Amino acid sequence: MSTLSKRWQEYKSSPKYFDSKSRLQNGAKNSVLSLFRFILIVGISYVILAPVIGIVSNSFFSRQDSINPMVFTIPINPTLERYTMAIKHLNYLPVLGNTLLYVIGVTLIQLLVCSMVGYGFARYKFPGKGLLFGCVVVMIVVPLQSIRFPLYMAFRYFDPLGLVTLFTGAPTSELMSSPGPTVIMSALGCGLRSGLYIYIFNQFFRGLPKEIEEAALVDGAGTYYTYARIMMPNATPAVITVAVFSLVWQYNDSFFSATFNIPDSILITRKLDGLVAVIANAEKIMTLREQQLYFDAGVVLVLVPVVIIYLILQRSFIEGVERSGIVG
Amino acid sequence: MTQTAKKKKLRLSYEARNALRGYSFILPWLIGFLLFYVGCLVNLVRYSCSAFNTENLQEITWVGLDNFVTAFTAHGSFNQTLVSSIMDMLIDLPMIIFFSLFVAMLLNRKFKGRGLVRAIFFLPIILSADAVGAAITRATELMNAGVTGASAEMAAAAANGGVSVSYFIELFGELAMPPTVLEYIVGAVNRIASIIQGSGVQIILFIAALQSIPGSLYEVARIEGATGYETFWKVTFPMVMPHIITNTIYTLVDRFSTSQVVKLASDTYRNYYQYGLSSAFSLVSTLITIAILGLIVWLLNRRTFYYN
Repeated sequence: MSTLSKRWQEYKSSPKYFDSKSRLQNGAKNSVLSLFRFILIVGISYVILAPVIGIVSNSFFSRQDSINPMVFTIPINPTLERYTMAIKHLNYLPVLGNTLLYVIGVTLIQLLVCSMVGYGFARYKFPGKGLLFGCVVVMIVVPLQSIRFPLYMAFRYFDPLGLVTLFTGAPTSELMSSPGPTVIMSALGCGLRSGLYIYIFNQFFRGLPKEIEEAALVDGAGTYYTYARIMMPNATPAVITVAVFSLVWQYNDSFFSATFNIPDSILITRKLDGLVAVIANAEKIMTLREQQLYFDAGVVLVLVPVVIIYLILQRSFIEGVERSGIVG
Repeated sequence: MTQTAKKKKLRLSYEARNALRGYSFILPWLIGFLLFYVGCLVNLVRYSCSAFNTENLQEITWVGLDNFVTAFTAHGSFNQTLVSSIMDMLIDLPMIIFFSLFVAMLLNRKFKGRGLVRAIFFLPIILSADAVGAAITRATELMNAGVTGASAEMAAAAANGGVSVSYFIELFGELAMPPTVLEYIVGAVNRIASIIQGSGVQIILFIAALQSIPGSLYEVARIEGATGYETFWKVTFPMVMPHIITNTIYTLVDRFSTSQVVKLASDTYRNYYQYGLSSAFSLVSTLITIAILGLIVWLLNRRTFYYN
């Protein structure tokens, strides 16, 4: 007995004991922590996914399911009728084609212009650079929503520097109800969140080594050739980051579409706004509950393309964010 | 002609030529900025001091500060909307910053299924946008109603000594927790969905920031025997402080541009044709937001340590 307690005392004072104790403690701590993390992640994921799951499941509800209080999330008599109707009244594929054309076009313009401006700020010294970059920050801080009415006026009576009046005698309003304003503003670096994109590109180009351009210069590449063929391929992470942001935000945007009244034959999100009214009128569906089901199907149809874009680009997007020096 | 132009250009110094190249890169943006931003901001001030002829919007007459007087003294909901929008911004700001920093640290570790979790956490960037946002909001409300209904049932079932949130609120109140703090916490719990929806981009920025912290700092901290808690406050937090400023700017601007007061301003001109008043609303709310933003950034900046 005494020997046993003696040995126990020895063991207790030896480093071995401490090791095993701390290992045990660590093991317990780690498993509690990872359990805590797991619960937290599941909870937050639920908050994010719950409305999506709700919308998707609702869009398969038949009439009986929608009035049956026993049915929750999983429909008993699933139907595709919501989708056929929504596709018909959204004029889905043609309008979606137009939308993608518009969104991808604007994104390409944004990529070109914002990368150019970011590159100019990152690599060249010129008088007034600090002040001008301050203007980029102003663009980030003052959102387009603040100048919505003046922007509307600028395109309602489109007359930059009096040029239109000079040639035709009066300001034109032909750009309203067309994608024109979006394209013009994006091409002049003032599109949707252009300030942010310029900032991202600027941070990225500043992080690239200067030796690349020096080598290009020695090898006889011109300024624009260096930018287009040497710097841009190196900027893939920043390009992907900006491309994803621009595609997704432009697709979901309602600022440009509502301010400049872009027609719903070009933008599927505007078509979605009117979907409930159209279906209610054309199909004589008067209960709000059922109208909502059609709307849910429409939302799913509108969301599918962005989710696909996102899932395709998601991995390289997150890697791009990590490597793009977005935060400099 | 081109020959002489070329010669003339060649005579410029290297710096001057470089400056010209720089200008050529930023030229499109410069034109756009002057035309749209500067032009529209000047017009915003001009319009806010004007009355419009609704038949022809180009006929405007100068009315001085009338629109501002109307906005503050006569308009039914402007004051209230302005104050509540700003309060919302200020309440959401710290919640979003801390939540997104926390989530970024969570997602920055390696664990099984991280790719999937990241994909889910960045979904709000897609979903919170305005066009489909309305539908999502409605679905969230339905879901919340379901949850509230369920918890009400639970409360009824467990009426004898069951869990009741209001009981805990009262308890903390009696423990002399200041009512404002209590209200803030209860409000924050109620806003959790909107906070999660609003922090997609911030999480991304923080993950990028955490990735850019040199690993050697953590190594030193570990060798010196710092606990996880100390490591966070002594290494992680100071290193992400500059990015907290970036995120503060982004969050405030984002919250402002989707706030009720901005909506009120656009409704005023689109639905009620009060163009001057709408411009006054925009001007006032923008100036107040920028002042708040400037103040917060200035306060944070004084406490920020820049590593580079």
